[in-house]
Amino acid sequence: MTHVNIYVLNQESALDFYTNKFGLKIITDVPMSKDTRWLTVGTPEQPGFEINLTPITEELFSKETAEALRELVKKGTFGVGIFTCNDIFATYEELKAKGVEFTKPPKKEFYGTEALFKDDSGNWFSLAQLN
Amino acid sequence: MINEQYLKIYFYRRLVQAKLFIDAHYADNIDLGNIADEAYFSKFHFIRQFKSIYRKTPHQYLIFVRIEKAMELLKTGVPVSEVCYAVGFESLSSFSALFKRIVGITPSTYLTQHQKIKVQIVKSPLNFIPACFAEKYGWLEK
Repeated sequence: MTHVNIYVLNQESALDFYTNKFGLKIITDVPMSKDTRWLTVGTPEQPGFEINLTPITEELFSKETAEALRELVKKGTFGVGIFTCNDIFATYEELKAKGVEFTKPPKKEFYGTEALFKDDSGNWFSLAQLN
Repeated sequence: MINEQYLKIYFYRRLVQAKLFIDAHYADNIDLGNIADEAYFSKFHFIRQFKSIYRKTPHQYLIFVRIEKAMELLKTGVPVSEVCYAVGFESLSSFSALFKRIVGITPSTYLTQHQKIKVQIVKSPLNFIPACFAEKYGWLEK
């Protein structure tokens, strides 16, 4: 996979979350209009994979769909994916210190150790150190 | 058991604080011995534990952060000499040599390349966006 969408409530705030708090880097930033940018982030450890921070706007969806999707994202409906790391306890402590909200602390599972966190919009992810 | 868990958390917090200290003060004249003291480790023990988690010694990590920050600044068009001092290097020649060794090109080439990309983005933005997404946004019709 090369690109994946994460639907966010506010692109600017999502950029701050994913870069300054979560530690990803901007890969592509293309202004398309006054309010719209094509904005992708990623990690140098996984070149060629870009996460598109997609604002839920009426440019992309109908008014009703955008409103419904915003509500669902806000409620924490969507589990988007799993980020893996080399040391779960170090990463967990660092992200917590930077203000990332965890809904579950690291816990041993049969495949490794896993914690759950939310982004600034409400999307949730697993942070895992695999066996 | 609880005590063991507490010690583990305490150990991680001290190492993470040391890393965050480097992240925040990379541009200063950091004395890594002081960081070890603040983290309540002996210098040797600190270097070993830091490397076991971050796969770099504290000094290697400091250089890594400085070069990463230099790349970020160069991407925004800041001149090489300003970038050198802004990220904590004291000599332009050693900064340039180190940058080339790690990134593969000199800082000035890196700066020029990214200035060109910026011009191309303004000129032909759709060349940087997969067409399937651009179409969904309605950008192809403009």
